[in-house]
Amino acid sequence: MNLYAIRAIYRFEMARAWRTLTQSIISPVISTSLYFVVFGAAIGSRIPEVEGVSYGSFIVPGLMMLSLLTQSLSNASFGIYFPRFTGTIYEVLSAPVSYLEIAVSYVGAAATKSLILGVIILATAALFVPIRIEHPLWMVMFLVLTAVTFSLLGFIIGIWADGFEKLQLVPLLVVTPLAFLGGTFYSIKMLPPLWQTVTLFNPVVYLVSGFRWSFYGISDVSPAISLGMTLLFLLTCIAIVAWIFRTGYRLKP
Amino acid sequence: MSTMIAISGLTKTYEGGFQALKTVDLDIREGEIFALLGPNGAGKTTLISIVCGLVNASSGRVAVGGHDIVRDYRRARALIGLVPQELTTEAFESVWNAVSFSRGLFGKPADPARIERILRDLSLWDKRDNRIMTLSGGMKRRLLIAKALSHEPRVLFLDEPTAGVDVELRRDMWQLVRGLQADGVTVILTTHYIEEAEEMADRIGVISRGEIILVEDKATLMHKLGRKQLSVHLQEPLAAVPATLGTWALERSDDGQTLTYTYDAERHERGIGDLLNALSAAGIAYKDVNTTQSSLEDIFVSLVREKA
Repeated sequence: MNLYAIRAIYRFEMARAWRTLTQSIISPVISTSLYFVVFGAAIGSRIPEVEGVSYGSFIVPGLMMLSLLTQSLSNASFGIYFPRFTGTIYEVLSAPVSYLEIAVSYVGAAATKSLILGVIILATAALFVPIRIEHPLWMVMFLVLTAVTFSLLGFIIGIWADGFEKLQLVPLLVVTPLAFLGGTFYSIKMLPPLWQTVTLFNPVVYLVSGFRWSFYGISDVSPAISLGMTLLFLLTCIAIVAWIFRTGYRLKP
Repeated sequence: MSTMIAISGLTKTYEGGFQALKTVDLDIREGEIFALLGPNGAGKTTLISIVCGLVNASSGRVAVGGHDIVRDYRRARALIGLVPQELTTEAFESVWNAVSFSRGLFGKPADPARIERILRDLSLWDKRDNRIMTLSGGMKRRLLIAKALSHEPRVLFLDEPTAGVDVELRRDMWQLVRGLQADGVTVILTTHYIEEAEEMADRIGVISRGEIILVEDKATLMHKLGRKQLSVHLQEPLAAVPATLGTWALERSDDGQTLTYTYDAERHERGIGDLLNALSAAGIAYKDVNTTQSSLEDIFVSLVREKA
């Protein structure tokens, strides 16, 4: 195990986050604050409570998830794509590090950044609306699992992409719609029955539902199923990363 | 001398069918400076990339310091420092951080004193806090060398190290390479500049179209090169070289019109003036003389053409 290498890559990636502080931390915090102002204060005051929780508070877990998903994706995909683009990846590939170590360092750094972001958003939200967390351990569990899973997905996208356009494509065309339609701003129980069923094919529903349960004890699907689906998604990503490294896909000609 | 890098039966065919390497066998000795010479697209970079783990070989085996580069990649790669051809750098990082990063990446604990020494040796010390994007091309080249040396490699690959480099840096670089050799580091450099190989290398390998077509000690090669030939074109054809000229080891052409004298220009044992006097004394009249010298360039070009 090359711990020095893991530490070197991890630190390097974290240093990148500090250099791009505006992009990685401040802008998501501002956009989330805007959601609170619009949905929480302006519109939220006209929406009745959802299962005993005020609408402003109800959307907090969903908003955290939304930022967590998009930021994990963009952090991790950019983190591995940029060295491929500039060519500096040669050094990592020629170093005595295993693929597992490479993945752990890049994904670990990306996940760390989104976790920090999640906590900052939670703190920001607490300024606007009352928040209670009924199951803090599970909340942390869902937070970490989601950050890691989507950082892995971002890592995969960063390796698959062969241009900046593709780098944006999946987040924009797949993940953002799934996140918005995944019950971030509503309970799927508000939907007509047909759409409730369709929605169950959206993986984000399980993440948001489980996460919301850890806050308020209310959920669209049972927390156990949420956890199971999250783990399934995580394992799928790990399998794809393992395949990428076994075949050298897009990394080694 | 023991073998540092053993390459046997190495081939590489890229996706799309381009055969970059056709069965390469090559042993690099520990502590030598080996120059891999070849025209653009000959397979130099592919060969290096396979040894360093950047490209998968299609078949064949490579061992570095006795460690197989696939099965025992950690130990093999820990021995290698690579200075790539392209100036690929992390634009936003500082010089110090970039070099420290490389050391960590290769599994070595932090050693600020050593990094300082490397940066000083490469005249980068004053730039240590500068962002890499602010460096000149030559400084970036120095940085890449510093990164490659940060983990104390036993083998250093320099891929086209002097492409686009000024005289001063070139001189510094050769000094550095000699210093590394004194420490027992094996250095492999690729180049298509022949003078570079002449100046630096202990041994020279010529690669063309994915094949190693010549590997020779530089001294041997230079000996061949150091030889000059004097051709004397005679007025009347000679049936045989007169006995009085026997000590000169002259070669007579088939038509008897030309006598050729091969001599070592470096040594001047017996000057060509003496020969011409001896010819006159023997009553042999000549209408023209000319001298030729085969250069590494000639050998190289003919080798490459022969195989084409």
